[in-house]
Amino acid sequence: MKVALLGGTRGMGRSLARLFAERGDAVCLLGRDPAELERSAEDLRARGGKQVGTVPCDLLKPEGFGPALDAASGQLGGLNTVVITAGMFAGQEELENDGALAERLLRANFTNTVVFCEEARRRLLAGGGGTLCAFSSVAGERGRKPVVIYGATKAGLSAYLEGLDHKFRAAGLRTVCVKPGFVKTGMTAGLKPPPFAGEPDAVARRVLGAIDRGKPVVYAPGIWALIMLVIRSLPRTVMRKIGF
Amino acid sequence: MSSDSTLEGWGRRPVPGEEVRGEDLERLTEGAVLTRGLGRSYGDSSLPPPSVRRMPATPLADRVLAFDAETGALRAEAGLSLREISRVFHPRNWSSPVMPGTSHITLGGMVAADVHGKEHHAHGCFGEHVRSLKLRLADDRIVECSRERHADLFRATLGGMGLTGHILEVEFSMCPIDSPWVWGQTRKIADIGEFLERLAEANDRWPYIVGWIDCLTTGTNMGRGVLHCGRWATAEEAPAGTPPEKRKFTVPFEFPQFALNRPFVRMFNWGLYTKQRKLSEGILHPDPFFHPLDAISEWNRIYGPAGFTQYQCVLPTAAGPDAPRRFLELLTRLGGASFLCVIKSCGPEGTGMLSFPTQGTTLALDIAVRPDTQKIVDRLNEALIEMGGRIYLAKDMFTRAEHFRRMEPRLDAFLEVRSRWDPERRLRSAQSVRLMGDPE
Ligand SMILES: Cc1cc2nc3c(=O)[nH]c(=O)nc-3n(C[C@H](O)[C@H](O)[C@H](O)COP(=O)(O)OP(=O)(O)OC[C@H]3O[C@@H](n4cnc5c(N)ncnc54)[C@H](O)[C@@H]3O)c2cc1C
Ligand SMILES: NC(=O)c1ccc[n+]([C@@H]2O[C@H](COP(=O)([O-])OP(=O)(O)OC[C@H]3O[C@@H](n4cnc5c(N)ncnc54)[C@H](OP(=O)(O)O)[C@@H]3O)[C@@H](O)[C@H]2O)c1
Repeated sequence: MKVALLGGTRGMGRSLARLFAERGDAVCLLGRDPAELERSAEDLRARGGKQVGTVPCDLLKPEGFGPALDAASGQLGGLNTVVITAGMFAGQEELENDGALAERLLRANFTNTVVFCEEARRRLLAGGGGTLCAFSSVAGERGRKPVVIYGATKAGLSAYLEGLDHKFRAAGLRTVCVKPGFVKTGMTAGLKPPPFAGEPDAVARRVLGAIDRGKPVVYAPGIWALIMLVIRSLPRTVMRKIGF
Repeated sequence: MSSDSTLEGWGRRPVPGEEVRGEDLERLTEGAVLTRGLGRSYGDSSLPPPSVRRMPATPLADRVLAFDAETGALRAEAGLSLREISRVFHPRNWSSPVMPGTSHITLGGMVAADVHGKEHHAHGCFGEHVRSLKLRLADDRIVECSRERHADLFRATLGGMGLTGHILEVEFSMCPIDSPWVWGQTRKIADIGEFLERLAEANDRWPYIVGWIDCLTTGTNMGRGVLHCGRWATAEEAPAGTPPEKRKFTVPFEFPQFALNRPFVRMFNWGLYTKQRKLSEGILHPDPFFHPLDAISEWNRIYGPAGFTQYQCVLPTAAGPDAPRRFLELLTRLGGASFLCVIKSCGPEGTGMLSFPTQGTTLALDIAVRPDTQKIVDRLNEALIEMGGRIYLAKDMFTRAEHFRRMEPRLDAFLEVRSRWDPERRLRSAQSVRLMGDPE
């Protein structure tokens, strides 16, 4: 595979990048900090990655998305897989008190992620198809008190990815929407892990399987599929009472 | 974050505290008093002093920064685990030069405890293979230190239990191997006398040696057990392919206190011993050979809610050939219901100023915490001091400051280096408060 990955410097993206590199896929890391990109690329090379490139790309600067994907494609001699794990998180209180932060988070997690996927979609379809994988969240499944705004961005993203899958699968574009539950990464450091919290490496293995099979939706860790089945079926009045 | 959160070492004796994980160690360690890795030290070395709650933990900072396939030099961030190093590099015929009893430890923890393995008599401690360290100091400066640069800081950091600085990056030499498989030999041993003989004999022949003693057997059979020796298999001996990933089991819940009572343990040990053939030799999977306990996740739950400690000491050769026998006699007499004891020979002292091993014999045993645990440790320490031996800080939770001082003539030199780089003792741990009189 020839993979461009936005968000591979840390968290689940770092784990996923290692799985691609170790099994011999060509990987191009996209990210905002060139020095960090280079350190991560070196890590992939030391772990056996044969073809590893880097291209600067900031999720908050959408005008750079197209050129970055073109540069990645240039470095790898084509692209057939694009993954975006990059995203922001902030607590609901913080977002309520800081309008500018809320606006930035809405832009990064929804608008710009969709714009990035659109740029990727065009290029993958032009090349005869491929796989587009984006990280949404279980937080997008129901409106919940602790993640009103963050959850809304992920709900929007999940809806977009589902539509994309319906519309373009026949044309050869496989869309994979990843819905992580709580995963112990830097993003959740300082939050108390609930039962069933996942580890980034295990999540990445599951996501890689879904990418290989072109599975449209994957919950990770898997148990969250069941948990969300329950939560989706809770009546509104119950959701209003509970604190999570 | 909830205010009731706790931190604990492998012995499961919690204190109030919480760890903050992240990829960016430089940011994480700014202003911090102590850093921890995977928390595999048994006692309180990885726990914050009483007045501090939040502390950085390194496991997410785990990138390999450079690997030179010519020389075997590897540089990585301090949170990279030994398990990951083996997984990535064994198939390419490189190994960590030191393989302790568990692989769930970080490079930072390997440096800070200056860990040793079954190969100590042949390879020394991990620190012998370290080329350079990147440290964040007490005054928040970041420096690189090595045998040439800030040599005092370097020597004090190897085995310095995190008290000299936060280790950000580690550069060390990997060891070339002929295959990722092990050629091992297992021998049944009748008593402590035979044990000491066989250990000495194996020293010249095998790079990896460890013995397991059944501590419940007393009298003429005291010290009976099994001796494991090994080396990396040659390419011709090795089976095709790399060793498959082993399945793991998890101890699903905390065992009740009575589970490890004497009759049960006696039966267990008897089973282990009798099932063993007198002598067997052949190809082994590296995991059960190097890290037998890693096959069971969270095995520390078997000691029940009160937790446990490990007593590990080294008896120097100067204490006489009879010292291990006398110490074992004391051990079995005091009981403490520990059932297995690990025995190993150590080679000479290395570069680390406060590193544990010295030429002699090391014994290690788990002790479930009971009301009399402090008394048992005190008794063992008194005997140990008389023999000129010392304990391993990475396992300790119960040693008294006055005992520690008497077993560590090297302490003053270590404290002098700390005073030079950290006069206010900003960097400290629950253990250093207990043993070195650091401010709470
Ligand atoms: C089953 C088992 C078997 C073991 N067998 C052996 C053995 O054979 N030989 C042996 O030597 N040890 C052995 N140990 C002990 C273990 O190797 C050490 O305690 C090691 O230090 C644990 O590493 P860690 O990453 O978990 O560190 P932690 O336990 O988290 O920390 C240990 C110490 O290192 C310091 N530290 C950790 N990371 C950093 C950093 N980045 N910067 C500064 N200080 C840091 C901490 O402050 C603390 O003082 C064993 C432990 C277990 C549980
Ligand atoms: N962790 C969880 O529990 C959880 C649960 C549900 C959903 N998710 C979602 O899963 C995805 C990955 O989460 P994670 O926990 O792995 O996150 P993480 O550890 O915080 O990593 C985030 C990655 O995104 C990159 N990134 C952030 N902002 C960027 C920007 N403006 N431009 C370019 N790159 C940027 C970061 O790069 P830098 O190195 O440059 O910072 C980093 O590589 C996110 O979309 C998150 O919302 C996570």
